[in-house]
Amino acid sequence: MAKLRTPVTSRDHIQGPEDAPLTLVEYGDYECPSCGSAYPIVKRVQEKFGKRLRFVFRNFPLSEIHPHAESAAETAEFAAAEGRFWEMHDLLFENQEQLSEALYSELADELGLSPTALRQALEVSKYKDRVRTDFSSGVRSGVNGTPTFFINGTRHDGPFDYETLVLALREKNGKATP
Amino acid sequence: MHVEPIPGKAVLMSAEGDRMSKVLPPGTPAPDFTLPVTPDQKLSLRELRGHPVMLAFYPADWSPVCGDQMALYNEILPEFQKFGAEVVGVSVDGVWCHRAFADARHLHFPLLADFEPKGDVARAYGAYRSAEGVSERALFVIDKNGIITWSYCSPIAVNPGADGILEALESLPK
Repeated sequence: MAKLRTPVTSRDHIQGPEDAPLTLVEYGDYECPSCGSAYPIVKRVQEKFGKRLRFVFRNFPLSEIHPHAESAAETAEFAAAEGRFWEMHDLLFENQEQLSEALYSELADELGLSPTALRQALEVSKYKDRVRTDFSSGVRSGVNGTPTFFINGTRHDGPFDYETLVLALREKNGKATP
Repeated sequence: MHVEPIPGKAVLMSAEGDRMSKVLPPGTPAPDFTLPVTPDQKLSLRELRGHPVMLAFYPADWSPVCGDQMALYNEILPEFQKFGAEVVGVSVDGVWCHRAFADARHLHFPLLADFEPKGDVARAYGAYRSAEGVSERALFVIDKNGIITWSYCSPIAVNPGADGILEALESLPK
């Protein structure tokens, strides 16, 4: 069974408390329709588990089939450098069908970030290495498509509908609490 | 492989165990084959001698998910190439089907058509599902001398990813 090889650290994008008994890691691609459908499901799962759940998002752009996946990932990392990762992450998924340089500028503006600085960062691939690091850690951990979820370090091989994810998390929660 | 006992997954695990015993194990010379790679070209395994080969059998072109097995290997191709490895996909689909699939997914490695006699190569590697008439999701790492050094058969519904392949390539003697 595939295991998460790169532990969650402070360099990750994290929602939820550090000492939560449950950690859900998603390797995702902003242009992937399946990740788009997982996005509201993860939100519901987060609401359901509250402080018992820590959620981590890592980049896994499938650039050969999704021409905007890499630039969208780099846009989210640009926002992260300004402390606005999650807002950008949400906006990118909510506007998944319009991904383009024009949209990125608009979203940056909406978050009070400089569209010019974003354009320059994309031009010089400033955050490419950051995205690649996530991608490689995913490859090494057995990511097998997007989205791939890991629950407390083990790959979740089942479907990712709300009910299945909740069940899988509950099972781990039972094990995590003494 | 160590597997944690998880209620409800026991059947899947034992099924996986059965299949693992069927595909050719490490230490076996990789059976040679010659298969069409384009409508007018063929590729033989022996032509790849001198390089490690990652031979990936998969059930069919056009599986309806993002990042299916072949698309995933395509994204990871640079990591395989660091080891000088040749990546080759094999399914029972015909050459024209492979061409359309490879074009649509921008694949940068060859897909071989195990089409006639259907599934013969998959059978030789113990990776054919007679009931469905398709290959297993079976992976083989073959060293530069043509010996299988690692093999793995995934449950048909689970894309095996690339972690095992990269570990196997890493453990090849330089």
